[in-house]
Amino acid sequence: MTAPGWEMVVGLEVHVQLKTRTKAFCNCAVEYGAAPNVNTCPICLALPGSLPVLNAHAVELAVRAAVALACTVNRVSVFARKNYFYPDLPKGYQISQFDRPLAERGQIEIGTRADGDAIRVGITRVHMEEDAGKSVHDRYPGVTAIDLNRAGVPLIEIVSEPDLRSSEAAGAYLRTLKQILQYIGVSDCDMEKGSLRVDANVSARRQGATKLGTKTEVKNLNSFANVERALDLEFARQVRLLEAGRRVDQQTMLFDAVRNEVRPARSKEESHDYRYFPEPDLLPLVLGSADVDRARRSLPELPAARRGRLVADYALSPGEVEVLASSAVLADYYEAAARQSGNPKAAANWVINGVLGAVNASGVPLERLRVRPDDLAAMIRMVADGIISGAAAKQVFAEMVRSGERPEQIAKRDGLLRVEDDAALVRWIDEVIAEHPSEAGRYLAGEKKLQGVLVGFVMKKSKGSADAKKVNQLLASRVPG
Amino acid sequence: MSVTRPSPTPAPTARAIAEQVVAGRLDAEQALREAFARGDAARVGPEGLNALLWTDRTSAVRAARAPVAGSAAQTDRGLLAGVPVAVKDNIATLDLPTSCGSRILEGYVSPFEATAVSRLRAAGAVVVGKTNMDEFAMGSSTENSAFGPTRNPVDCSRVPGGSSGGSAAVVAAGMVPIALGSETGGSVRQPAAFCGIVGVKPTYGRVSRYGLVAFASSLDQIGVFGRTVDDAALGLQAIAGRDVMDSTSASVPVARYADARDASLAGVVVGRPREYYPESLDARIREQCERSIDLLRERGAEVRDVSLPHTDLAIPVYYIVAPAEASSNLARFDGVRYGLRVSAPGLVATYEATRSRGFGPEVTRRILLGTYVLSAGYYDAYYRKAQQVRSLIADDFGRVFASGVHVLLTPTTPTTAFPFGAKADPYEMYMSDIFTATANLAGVPGMSMPVGRIDGLPVGAQLLAGHFDEARMFAVAYALEAALGEAAHR
Repeated sequence: MTAPGWEMVVGLEVHVQLKTRTKAFCNCAVEYGAAPNVNTCPICLALPGSLPVLNAHAVELAVRAAVALACTVNRVSVFARKNYFYPDLPKGYQISQFDRPLAERGQIEIGTRADGDAIRVGITRVHMEEDAGKSVHDRYPGVTAIDLNRAGVPLIEIVSEPDLRSSEAAGAYLRTLKQILQYIGVSDCDMEKGSLRVDANVSARRQGATKLGTKTEVKNLNSFANVERALDLEFARQVRLLEAGRRVDQQTMLFDAVRNEVRPARSKEESHDYRYFPEPDLLPLVLGSADVDRARRSLPELPAARRGRLVADYALSPGEVEVLASSAVLADYYEAAARQSGNPKAAANWVINGVLGAVNASGVPLERLRVRPDDLAAMIRMVADGIISGAAAKQVFAEMVRSGERPEQIAKRDGLLRVEDDAALVRWIDEVIAEHPSEAGRYLAGEKKLQGVLVGFVMKKSKGSADAKKVNQLLASRVPG
Repeated sequence: MSVTRPSPTPAPTARAIAEQVVAGRLDAEQALREAFARGDAARVGPEGLNALLWTDRTSAVRAARAPVAGSAAQTDRGLLAGVPVAVKDNIATLDLPTSCGSRILEGYVSPFEATAVSRLRAAGAVVVGKTNMDEFAMGSSTENSAFGPTRNPVDCSRVPGGSSGGSAAVVAAGMVPIALGSETGGSVRQPAAFCGIVGVKPTYGRVSRYGLVAFASSLDQIGVFGRTVDDAALGLQAIAGRDVMDSTSASVPVARYADARDASLAGVVVGRPREYYPESLDARIREQCERSIDLLRERGAEVRDVSLPHTDLAIPVYYIVAPAEASSNLARFDGVRYGLRVSAPGLVATYEATRSRGFGPEVTRRILLGTYVLSAGYYDAYYRKAQQVRSLIADDFGRVFASGVHVLLTPTTPTTAFPFGAKADPYEMYMSDIFTATANLAGVPGMSMPVGRIDGLPVGAQLLAGHFDEARMFAVAYALEAALGEAAHR
């Protein structure tokens, strides 16, 4: 949405759950959907006398994310306590980082401008913190229930610079960020499960102005689409205020997806003085250049680089690459199929249409799809070698999806191997002529355009296994001279 | 004034008990029954000294009968075989309550045990009970306990010091030879001085804080009381060392502190920091400390006058840093998961009712103070400034110990044990820790040991050493104890 003469300025705060086996400061399992409060211990319940012990794997993942976002990782970062009272915050403070975060000053590219220049978004900081538990207000009438399974799950918060100028850009930033974080394996980034959460800071200013306007923070954004909707609504609200000569109050706004509106949060929800101070139970986190180098070496190829390489190595179109590189798992799958089949173009078609179609239709994630890349490659080779026809390949593939069997096995068992045997072909042609006397008669009488129709009948009868070229030859030879 | 006589049959030392148990001449159960008998005679319970808050003889006897866990290869196994010990009420134990002397945790039993307690048990010790304390270790007299004050066994009209007054009292009364206390600003050394026993505050990071209910995490450290230097050394050796459950515990090797027993003082340099001997110091306390220094010199130590110029800033810094951390550490006592809950309409009202009812006035005062100094707009002026001054205090110690001085000798307290109610003004009470809080702020080890009496009341001398140099501190303590002999208790 645009308002003539006004510019939207957006910065995003993204919380991402790190994909660790255990919590940030204790050995409790991180497990979505477990029965309430089963994954708790004296530490994450904040029993008297318990102390936090930092999860080294969480640090590793956080550093990997920081490096992937081109941040400078601070040699010394400091955990801090963010103090506030809430029943799902057992200690009465959240262990976070404040004035000395894990990493700072990064950037990512979220697309290209009309003039071909990259659109870059600055990353202000990446810091580590722990999640709070969940307050469940609708489970039992009249009371709030507390589930502390999530309390202490490791998070990183990624804060962007106010570099985004439209809701679409905000959406592109989030999609790019999510893709990077998924590629490098630090998070599932599943908004539905809460492993990625977004708060947006938004302000409006006159086109061409250099000073930032007063911002509001928009919360309760549960999908990327809702982020874009909420930003447009809030921007429009601010512009209306400013055009009426009124001012924007710095406050927290809540997005209501049902009513499609933003409204101010109750003032209590924003009046916290968090009284941050360094967490005395944890030593400062010291990361040497060796740690950062290790994280850098552990990085897989990032999405932008991979897209570039897929275009170069396999001569694919930008559209194909956009789809195939959307996740590392898919790109790996494609590349394996492309290499083993020796036919990148066919592999791209099969992965985009066949494999993704099967994934979408079945809901089975690609990792668990029964058709593995080497099976798909074998099938593509069978088509190229004339062992099965293109038509038969579709049936073979469907059976591969269903049973997970090898394509050779399926083709053989279901009689889908290309039949070049004249006797079999002649028999099918005879049957087709007998079953379709009218078309056959006209064809034999010289109506040549009916040859395609008759070949089609033969192909159908052979379940696609007949060699279409030979069928054409054999049919043509029957037309009297 | 009622000054009690030392008991006619002196209570055995931890070393004597352990040696007899290891030799098979005594069993742990018998040692335990004798401890309870001594406790009964000294009336350590609520009707008497009110030093022992929670005890369960049946489960203690069961523990005494159980074989000691741990591998036979462990050299420390049997270090405290059969030795009855008491544990301050803010150190988590299985089976017994851990209430921190507070209504808000009355009846709370921890599902896990503090590392220090597990290590005592692994060394063969048997826990007799939990001892009284100032609520959440905030106080210097044990008058702030929600369960009533503890009396000083030396003079029942006076306080035992605090906050670990209960542990000091059960040791001084002869019930147990060793007890655990905790320190944030002097809470082991000061009551040790008031009760005429030995109290050790180890280097920050020497003993795991896992299971110690936090007051001020950057200052807190579990400490040991003993009637003799040797028992305190054995107790510390049993509990010291790195623990993966406490990130601030150090991987520095633990010495066998009792090996310092016969160490020579040749080459040892003892410092006399002038700031700890101000003109206003009670002349008789000064005299006792000077006599101790003279004795060490006679035994071969070199004595040097030194200066720790930022000493007078310790109390103001302490009363910013400690309440700030406490305000955060005590936030978990909200009535949601455990402990007292006073229901009121709405969440905030329930918090307010629970915490107002659950915390006593001194704890409330410190939470308010700490919340204030961390608040937006005040942080730089108070907390940040205090941390800066804190590093100056630490630098003072660093400089002195780097100059070749090994151990400092000072008075532990500016006064002897005072009568109940004598320090009604909080600020006056805070000044009780004037000589001890520096060690917590700097993280260095310190101990108090009896060096004489004034009007029948014990006087403690404080020894301070460099980080993780407890062995040298004990060497000096052993020598001084031997040199003083019976004079330490006259």
